Amino acid sequence: MQLRKNIILKTLNLNIMKNIKILTFAILSVFIMVSCDDDGGDSPMLDFSGNYTLADQMGRPAINTVFIPAAMKDAYNETLPRNQSASYMSTIQNGLMALSPAFANAGDQNALGQDAEAFASLLSTDVLNVSLDGPTTFYDGTNVLTGRNLTDDVITVELLLIFGGEDFTENPTLSDDNVSANDKAFLSSFPYLASPF
Amino acid sequence: MKKFKFAAVALTMVALGLIIVAADHIDAPAVQGGSSDITDFYAFQGEDNSNMVFAVNLQGLMSPAATEAATFDENVLVEINIDTDGDFIEDLVIQAIPRNGRMHVFGPAAPASTGTQSTINSTANQTIVDITGYNDSPRMASNGGVTVFAGPRDDPFFMDFARYGEVVGGTAPGFNDPGSDTFAGTNVMSIVIEVAKNIIGSTGTINTWVETKEQ
Repeated sequence: MQLRKNIILKTLNLNIMKNIKILTFAILSVFIMVSCDDDGGDSPMLDFSGNYTLADQMGRPAINTVFIPAAMKDAYNETLPRNQSASYMSTIQNGLMALSPAFANAGDQNALGQDAEAFASLLSTDVLNVSLDGPTTFYDGTNVLTGRNLTDDVITVELLLIFGGEDFTENPTLSDDNVSANDKAFLSSFPYLASPF
Repeated sequence: MKKFKFAAVALTMVALGLIIVAADHIDAPAVQGGSSDITDFYAFQGEDNSNMVFAVNLQGLMSPAATEAATFDENVLVEINIDTDGDFIEDLVIQAIPRNGRMHVFGPAAPASTGTQSTINSTANQTIVDITGYNDSPRMASNGGVTVFAGPRDDPFFMDFARYGEVVGGTAPGFNDPGSDTFAGTNVMSIVIEVAKNIIGSTGTINTWVETKEQ
């Protein structure tokens, strides 16, 4: 709103320097724009019609980026969650076993007790699982995949589940990026995210 | 035997194109860097724990100067999908679309159709908020148990992405300690929507994901 006023004022100033004819037009434009703004909450003049087509999607952090081969990223991005597991689970499982020494051998599991197949099965449907009943966190030491908090160190959790083995102790130099918090404190109240730099 | 064969792993990672840019920042080539590019998605209990908060971030890695000029695209619909019965099909959607400096948020409401195509459900509960300017304190608006914010925020994501790139590129043996947050000092365009949980469901687990859809 303020921005629009500034733009209108700038437009007016510019036009005054030109000529009266254009000035008249500019003033008329202002009246038209003000009347658009005065329609309040109902916004009968706004157009919400038309079809919108999927461009990008995301559930859990970094699933497409980490596990889907480059040539398949766009296709995965356009596959609905309900169809992702059937098309991509084996790709993710193979990627996981090739990627991580902690999943390289038969019987290997992560700290959730999942072997490569079970972990791939969870990952292949890219949605966030969120509890309506209690703490919401990617992982807080107790609760697992009950949401995603702003403070959750999701990359380290994913690295630990990929590289950390059964007890989070394997491949220590690969399983923690050692960046564990945001550079600005979050707000305790809405809108929760910190002001921009 | 779980010996770490670094070169083999690094090569595999490169071969698979396993380059994390961020949580979802620039994940798919077709939407890279555009106004529909989702960088992150969060879902967490609100300050009032009878509410659920959904936060969607777009247009990552913006400098302060870029942020001051940044806008939401009126051709990009942001859709938060909520599956309440475990079949990974959306039972409720929240739709956010900017018009004339305001963000219009419709829902949560049952969608007219599910899947890759959407129309805006403009008869659903509508919450309209002025988009917060770069230098403004946060503007917010509430209607029907839904509270909305839209505008620039600090990117809440943190990761030593630069070092990760070196690790997967085979030029570093592992992460540094301490690491360095590649996303420090950068901003995103955020939409934050807080919803009374009883609009979504009474108990149990939901599945949720966010989409951008273009006209």
